Amino acid sequence: MSARIGVVTFPGSLDDRDAARAVRLAGGEPVALWHDDAALAGVDAVFLPGGFSYGDSLRCGAIARFSQVMDTVKAAAAQGMPVLGVCNGFQVLCESHLLPGALVRNAHLRYRNRPARLRVETSRTAWTRLYQPGAEVVFPAKHGEGRYVADEAVLDELEADGRVVFRYLDNPNGSMRDIAGVTNEAGNVVGLMPHPEHAVDELTGPSDDGLGVVASVLAHLTGAADTSGVSR
Amino acid sequence: MARVVVDVMLKSEILDPQGEAVLGALPRLGVNDVSSVRIGKRVEIEFDENAQNVEEQSRVIADQLLANPVIESFSLSIEGA
Repeated sequence: MSARIGVVTFPGSLDDRDAARAVRLAGGEPVALWHDDAALAGVDAVFLPGGFSYGDSLRCGAIARFSQVMDTVKAAAAQGMPVLGVCNGFQVLCESHLLPGALVRNAHLRYRNRPARLRVETSRTAWTRLYQPGAEVVFPAKHGEGRYVADEAVLDELEADGRVVFRYLDNPNGSMRDIAGVTNEAGNVVGLMPHPEHAVDELTGPSDDGLGVVASVLAHLTGAADTSGVSR
Repeated sequence: MARVVVDVMLKSEILDPQGEAVLGALPRLGVNDVSSVRIGKRVEIEFDENAQNVEEQSRVIADQLLANPVIESFSLSIEGA
């Protein structure tokens, strides 16, 4: 039986369909979750997709943090459930304090929409375990508020603990230390700005490098019985 | 009726590209003696007639929703209690 990956739709989510397609292409079963639904419908992992949840009012992700579904996602993440946030989903995870730091306006103030070359810095997360550390991948980036910031002490800690997951090779937005994605201490929660779910088929994306993200979590879930929690 | 004004500003160590863009436009107005522009948000909140603990509730609103303490700081002022 394939693993069930919940894809949350907030009002204003845009990439939920592509996220569900990526889950399906990688061999998982996508399950639609709604923002004001407190139940997770028995899913094994959660994908928070990109878009403009609640119109990005106030700050990106700030309102979504208080949605019903996020209460449940927070509790599940604390129990080790794999959670991935892409773009607006990453912003929601930072606003929800599931990941450190924040995403602010691109340094050049322009919306950036082009493929981004990234280096996968660690395979020690639920969502990257099938990548070789140091592997280069290309995922589309499309965001106006994607500049990752955190205070120096937090950045040093992330670097020291190997919690920078993806790094830009050509920083498109002024992110501190070229950070494109990070993980939590346990390695089950990962957020990144570029979109692996748009890179699952060479016909419709710049590469199929993104399939590995969902494939990793599927491997993580099937291997979960013989490893203690997350592979760290 | 209590009216509360919350000012939210990016912390000084966080780059404010909007402020930089405004700063860059000032010479075109003929203004050349400005060294910094920072842009923030002003939020006006009106409480119900009989609201209790206005300051405390305002602080919760500002701290948990209006400002993200990772990047922003806020100040409160309560007008007419």
